[in-house]
Amino acid sequence: MSYLDKATLKVVGTRPIRPDGVDKVTGRANFGADMVMPGMLWGRIKRSPHAHARIVSINFDKALALPGVKAVIAGGDFPEVTPDRAHVGAAPANLRDLSRNVIARGKALYEGHAVAAVAATSQAIAEQALDLIEVEYQVLPHVMDVEAAMADGAPILHDDMFTAGVEPKPTKPSNVSKVVRFAKGDVEAGFAEADIVIERRYTTQPVHQGYIEPHACVVSVGADGQTTIWSSSQGQFMVRAYTSRIVGADIANIRAIPAEIGGGFGGKTIVYLEPLAYMLSKKSGRPVKMVMSREEVFRATGPAPGAIVEVKLGAKKDGHITAAQSILKYQAGAFQGSPVQQGCICGLAVYDFPNALTVGYDVLSNRPKTAAYRAPGAPIGSYGVESCIDELAEALGIEPLKLREINGAKDGTKATHGVTWNNIGYQKTLEAARASEHLKAPLGPNQGRGIASGYWHNAGGESSAAVHVNEDGTVTVTEGHPDIGGSRASMAMMVAEVLGVPFENVRPVVGDTTSIGFSASTGGSRVTFAGGMAVTQAAQKVVEVLKQRAAVIWDISPEAVEWRDGKAYPAGANAGSFEPLDLATIGNRSARTGGPISAEVQINAQGQGPGFATHICDVEVDRETGHVKILRYTAIQDVGRAIHPSYVEGQMQGGVTQGIGWALSEEYIYDKNGCLENPGFLDYRIPVASDLPMIDTIMIEVPNPRHPFGARGVGEVPLVPPMAAVANAIFNATGMRLRDLPMSPPKLRAAFDAAALPRAAE
Amino acid sequence: MSKHHVTTVINGEPVEFLCEAQQTLLDVLRDELNLTGSKEGCGSGDCGACSVIADGKVVCSCLMLGVEAEGKSITTVEGVAQGDKLHPVQQKFLEHAALQCGFCTPGFIVAAKALLDENKNPTEEETRYWLAGNLCRCTGYDKIVRAVLDAAAVMRGENPRSPAA
Amino acid sequence: MPRLNYTAPATVDEAVKALAGAAGLAKVLSGGTDLLVQLKSGRLKPDLIVDTKRIPGLIGIREEGEFFVIGAATPGVMISANEKLEHAWPGIVEGVDLIGSTQIQGRCSIAGNLCNASPAADSVPPVIAARGVAVIAGPSGKREAPVEAIVTGPGRTSLAKGEFVVEFKIPKPKPRQSDAYLRFIPRTEMDIAVVGCAVNVTLDAGGTCTDARVVLGAVAPTQLVVADAAKALIGHKLDAATLAALDAAAQAACKPISDKRGTIEYRTKVAGVLARRAAAIAFERAAARA
Repeated sequence: MSYLDKATLKVVGTRPIRPDGVDKVTGRANFGADMVMPGMLWGRIKRSPHAHARIVSINFDKALALPGVKAVIAGGDFPEVTPDRAHVGAAPANLRDLSRNVIARGKALYEGHAVAAVAATSQAIAEQALDLIEVEYQVLPHVMDVEAAMADGAPILHDDMFTAGVEPKPTKPSNVSKVVRFAKGDVEAGFAEADIVIERRYTTQPVHQGYIEPHACVVSVGADGQTTIWSSSQGQFMVRAYTSRIVGADIANIRAIPAEIGGGFGGKTIVYLEPLAYMLSKKSGRPVKMVMSREEVFRATGPAPGAIVEVKLGAKKDGHITAAQSILKYQAGAFQGSPVQQGCICGLAVYDFPNALTVGYDVLSNRPKTAAYRAPGAPIGSYGVESCIDELAEALGIEPLKLREINGAKDGTKATHGVTWNNIGYQKTLEAARASEHLKAPLGPNQGRGIASGYWHNAGGESSAAVHVNEDGTVTVTEGHPDIGGSRASMAMMVAEVLGVPFENVRPVVGDTTSIGFSASTGGSRVTFAGGMAVTQAAQKVVEVLKQRAAVIWDISPEAVEWRDGKAYPAGANAGSFEPLDLATIGNRSARTGGPISAEVQINAQGQGPGFATHICDVEVDRETGHVKILRYTAIQDVGRAIHPSYVEGQMQGGVTQGIGWALSEEYIYDKNGCLENPGFLDYRIPVASDLPMIDTIMIEVPNPRHPFGARGVGEVPLVPPMAAVANAIFNATGMRLRDLPMSPPKLRAAFDAAALPRAAE
Repeated sequence: MSKHHVTTVINGEPVEFLCEAQQTLLDVLRDELNLTGSKEGCGSGDCGACSVIADGKVVCSCLMLGVEAEGKSITTVEGVAQGDKLHPVQQKFLEHAALQCGFCTPGFIVAAKALLDENKNPTEEETRYWLAGNLCRCTGYDKIVRAVLDAAAVMRGENPRSPAA
Repeated sequence: MPRLNYTAPATVDEAVKALAGAAGLAKVLSGGTDLLVQLKSGRLKPDLIVDTKRIPGLIGIREEGEFFVIGAATPGVMISANEKLEHAWPGIVEGVDLIGSTQIQGRCSIAGNLCNASPAADSVPPVIAARGVAVIAGPSGKREAPVEAIVTGPGRTSLAKGEFVVEFKIPKPKPRQSDAYLRFIPRTEMDIAVVGCAVNVTLDAGGTCTDARVVLGAVAPTQLVVADAAKALIGHKLDAATLAALDAAAQAACKPISDKRGTIEYRTKVAGVLARRAAAIAFERAAARA
């Protein structure tokens, strides 16, 4: 049965109310911090005030003497995760590094690094106990900037780090964990044949994912080690696996229950609190609740890296690009693993470059370990490349959209990283931009328009799902993916479509690790794709079971039964003349026809389709204050098939807004001691409602044939184009090219003053 | 160590509780009264996830002491619906898909209700500025603003706009 | 375990006694929108909180002869809703209205904004520009002081132990007198002012300025009453030359710092910009008033 033809669909593509919606608008839904367990203690973390320091000693005597304190822990309470045990299954994290990030071993590597923790009978006592924990530090020189960390003589964070990807193998430790490289053709020859070559340098600061819900968990470890973890995360199986490895427990002894999650964007694809709460619970014999403050979220959880992106483009006068080169240096924070590789790949992926070279450096410094943030690595890489494309367009005298039409990737194009595109929608996004109302709208004084494109590869991977027909004919779908953006509605919609029943008859459940099979995390824009594939396959299996049960009831062969519109029908007159049987009838008789009607499916989904987007942004600039106002924004994206269009639009609008914040106002500000000056929403400025206009979305549907409904991942691509779209719009409005994010008012004003452009009349 | 005894009205019901002076109203709602609908997003009055209505004014409950609830009438998100009848703002949030993760939603529901209690016909700009103290990271505010304007229309007795428009 | 004490006195005298007699640090609680933030961050560790909101008159706005009298703990929403005050002093109401979000407005007060003594306080420049006076109660009785005498530096006031602000007396505007307050912030809301500027002018029938006060915020350790800026306006209409002189005077007066909200150069330049823009609004409003 093919569901790729939109015209045949009855549920998929509509906009029902999400099944968890009433709970969320009434305050009934339970997030990470909303759980209580009897006898619960409160845990708090002692954090390093220094950016880089040896931990000489930790003395808990005074803290333990405080009435109400029930347990204390430090790094020594945790087993060593040896390099051979650094990975669990196919999960991406290096657990050796993660373990040392969760609590310091021997050295504090960033301000805010957890050094010890305490559990007490009240929050106030736990807070007081922190002050009584005495930590002696030997402060070490620290390094914050990428190029300073790469330079000879920089303070080294890890004595056992030798740069990978470099020949001959280095013998001196470095802060550069690896160098990656992708090449196509011959860039030197490509630049030589160009009529014009431009070379530019772009810089960005770290930005936080900015989820409104701070990390929170409640963990209860029994005397026999059987453990319940309640936490909000992007993956309960990830929580289970990572905690098990960090604390040294068997996976089967941990039950991880997914709370509703208040935003993640990649920042909750690892653990911070659960292993600490586990150890405190184990030591105290009581459940332990830990909730981060907003300040802790900023000081100690992973942002997206700050970076330097150097781009060189060569082109013929007619606009054909002959060579492209990008050099990316990304901050990894205190442990290796920035997404520099993705930055390298994705920045160039939008174009058909005959010759290209991209090199990326993963550079450590005394900052929090970076974490994934919505298309990790790609927004930064694309900020550089899309800005440089705009600068090239300016230098050539060619319209920016036209330059993309000339050089854009098509089906059959081979990307720099080796993939050949097939069934991609990039050209359609350009066509839609060309045809859009937005592009034709007139602009007034001090107003400008910018265009930028973007790409993200999306992910497939492991998902499990179960579909059960209940005795009354209603349906339960159990899946394993925390619902960050409305995905459980889409799961139910796909099942309803396959079964041919109304959406309201299908209830989706996000199961815990004991109630559904292994499912990889909610991230990589994979849930509607992989999770959706799993629920669809499970529903299709259930249809086969339903047909068999009808056959039993009618005493005919199962081949003589067909399923349509939610009922079993005899397949043709020869099968017999029987009244159709609906789910309620078959469900009610399940015990007598063979037993429970249910199917569970476990897959490792392949064939995820990449996502491409083109964005158009209009700004108005106040030349005297440097303030930038977003006047209008249109996001155009190939979404494959919009299962629930409202939530696809929502992903686009949310990603655009994060990108606007990244472009104009968000940054980490450190003082000269490496301490964060703006660990709160007052001075870490994310866009507020009055900063923005309505955000228009154009969804292009080039179905992905590898998914039963044609779905592609949609959630991450929207963050890739906005920074360059805004920068290009500012250039169009003012003639000022800013190459350093955020493009905050003081920077614009300084740029105007430096260029001494005539000011707008008062 | 004696605590403060507070008598107040929450969601129309008389309530008494004990609290320390330094406990905020948010702490009391969540940790003493099990009203966990109001959320802590920042603890410093910058995100609005803890919004409640106190004597008719929408405020951040994280910036109010529990003891200050004495003699006041407080409405939390749990008190916005009447039984199983959703407030138009809640209904429109659902129809317009004005929530994704849902964490900021209680704060927005309370703040939006307060807006519409005071201004029956807010413009888009007035709505955005009224809600500027409620941070959302998921939606970009577009569908939230549409939902609030649509709820206002319903409350004025006008034909609601279709969410898909 | 250190314990925070709380009291909500019913009279001014009780409040004075509580503040004066406190063994450790005592802080007044009006709206709490600065105090609670500082309490929770650990920046302030008071022993006693004195909640003044139950004292009659501390919340409310009334007219007494030639003055508006605003209770010290009156929340922003009440100030913004007062049509007479808004008509008389739109700049003061603008300044109050800019203190934070709708939720903050439900609680914040001019007294808190003033006595928190941040150079960036939004309500303070326009109140100073209008020649507002603070009425202070203390162990020695009541006294009055011009609002600009209260803040002595970031986080510091001239109030003695046991003293607190009871109300503000703001003279009503003369004919053809009005004000305006503008601030610069990076977003459109929710930021602390990078620069704030209040302009209060009186015009004659021909539109020439006969009296002026220009007050800058966030560009010095305290609010600045910029005498040279007033001089640039008095005796002049608001033409290009006057605006240029005003801009220069405002910039010259600035003594800002570079911090996470703005650099010295930026704040100085924007002070000039805001002075011009606020003056334009104030002149327009004043001219419209007979």
